[in-house]
Amino acid sequence: MSEALLHVEGLLTSFPGARGARLPVVDRVDLAVARGEALALVGESGCGKSMTALSIVGLVPKPGRIDAGSIRMRGRELRGLPVTAMRRVRGAEIAMIFQEPATSLNPVQTAGAQVVEAITLHERVARGEARRRALALFEQVGIPDPPVRFGAYPHQLSGGLKQRVMIAIALAARPQLLIADEPTTALDVTIQAQILELLAGLARETGTAILLITHDLGVVNQLADRVAVMYAGRIVEEGTRAAVLAAPHHPYTHGLLRSMPSLAQPGERLAEIPGVVPAPDAWPPGCRFEGRCAIALAVCRAREPERTRLDGGAAVRCHAVAGESPQ
Amino acid sequence: MLGYLLRRTAWGAATVLGVLLFLFALFFLYATPQDVARRALGEKAPPEAIAQWLVNHGYDKPAVWNPADPLDTRLAEHLRRMLLFDFGRSDADDVPIAQRLRDGVGPSLSVTLPLFTLGLPLALSLALLVAFFRETYIDRVGVVLCVLAMSVSVLVYILGGQYLLGKLLRWFPISGFDPAPSVLLRFVALPVLVGLLAGVGANVRFYRAVFLEESGRDYVRTARAKGAGDARVMARHVLPNALIPVLTNVVVEIPFLFTGSILLESFFGIPGLGSITVDAIQSNDFATLRVMVYLGALLFIAGQVLTDVAYTLVDPRVRLG
Repeated sequence: MSEALLHVEGLLTSFPGARGARLPVVDRVDLAVARGEALALVGESGCGKSMTALSIVGLVPKPGRIDAGSIRMRGRELRGLPVTAMRRVRGAEIAMIFQEPATSLNPVQTAGAQVVEAITLHERVARGEARRRALALFEQVGIPDPPVRFGAYPHQLSGGLKQRVMIAIALAARPQLLIADEPTTALDVTIQAQILELLAGLARETGTAILLITHDLGVVNQLADRVAVMYAGRIVEEGTRAAVLAAPHHPYTHGLLRSMPSLAQPGERLAEIPGVVPAPDAWPPGCRFEGRCAIALAVCRAREPERTRLDGGAAVRCHAVAGESPQ
Repeated sequence: MLGYLLRRTAWGAATVLGVLLFLFALFFLYATPQDVARRALGEKAPPEAIAQWLVNHGYDKPAVWNPADPLDTRLAEHLRRMLLFDFGRSDADDVPIAQRLRDGVGPSLSVTLPLFTLGLPLALSLALLVAFFRETYIDRVGVVLCVLAMSVSVLVYILGGQYLLGKLLRWFPISGFDPAPSVLLRFVALPVLVGLLAGVGANVRFYRAVFLEESGRDYVRTARAKGAGDARVMARHVLPNALIPVLTNVVVEIPFLFTGSILLESFFGIPGLGSITVDAIQSNDFATLRVMVYLGALLFIAGQVLTDVAYTLVDPRVRLG
């Protein structure tokens, strides 16, 4: 994928563990997002999705750090970029929206001022022009009555409106990539659908690529072109949305799909995946899903499965699947 | 806002009444008039002198109940004087207390005002600095210095300052006060310096903790994700939000600028309200002491109302109503 917009290779992000050891939370992750494409990164809480996103924009909270790997945006390596250069990347090339619109906006600044800041941080524009553009962004993200909302403080806006303001902030400097970290998780269901539609529409209009981070396969179904499934710091399956959702290979993806009410067949009993994602200090030497897997083999306990390429650009990391495939 | 202020004033009035009743119990019921008079006049004063003194100072009236004239009691007199700010004369030397307050406010303010206006920006900027360099040597050294500074007794600063800067280096007078503008600064400099040193450690530590807490909030991450740099994030996002808790700490102090610092004034011989309070205690001047406690309560309530009003200025989420 030479024309990839964002290319992440071997990303390893860790936090300090007991006795000076480093505990990886993102473990040798490879990702690629093409121009205008929407890639969904899917997995349960605690599997390293958000840390992957924060690693990409260089905002891993201390004392975490990126130990290895490369993050290239339009061919340019972002790791090791000077602070000021990285600042120009954030917002202008890669923008982010977060899960909690309620706490992600500055409570003592008006919504308008926060959008204006996102514009003026990256472009020299007159104050009136910045305001005009912020109002246009309000319009674009479907905020009713922009002049009034422009002067409103976050606490005067509903959750859905706050998330729209976040999206306006993210789009303010016309980024090529928008990372949306659980953008709808904190919103109620009707608002979720609106926000997803908005994101999909904006991405189409502006050609912005999206890296969507979610645990909700319903969201994936609505927005993503391709899907990468993450488990315990590793990408375990990837492929087009159709391939992954309709014909998943990895037992973890199977499990996720079967636990989804919206994707289950009528009358079918929803299945849960027993157990929880192991914490980074409890990762087994073999396959990390082995302890929760219904079809685990003897080899799964002994050795971590390699990445197996499948048809149509898909790939999976599973001994059971690799054994069946002709490769 | 108006409704709030009215309600708050009513609560304040109830509190003040409680303070006045408590003062009455303490100074008029627990301490008998005979005690007060003997303390003022000395153990060997003749009985006639004591009787006369009691009449002069209104201590001869019945305490709470006078069948002849219900309003002619010590309680009624106490409440009337306090509520009308008609404080009467000192028990010790018969100087009008109002006169004494007027004379003391100036010297008190000449120390507390510079202390406040210099101390707040000093502590805030130092805290901003160590918070900005968090988890580096600057931060650690800063915190250690703060803990050291706040662990040393104020008395050490006072005596050390007087010895080093007053006696050895002769930069400032050791103590004393002169309101003449040409020399006022020389007398006030040392107490202000000592006050700054004694207070800065605890304040920097508190403000630093507030800044660090705000730095970890989601909106700070949003600001960084927008592309804002460290300095901008601190100045535009963290500082305005951190001001909210800082304000509680600061605004409540403002009314007490008028009453001065008891320790600094008594050690540096500054004739402010702090000194007056200490003198009143030492000379058994209960009349003056009552007034000081009463004024302290009033100022405290004023400080709290002021803080609430200040909240509405820095936090758009707060509406008083």
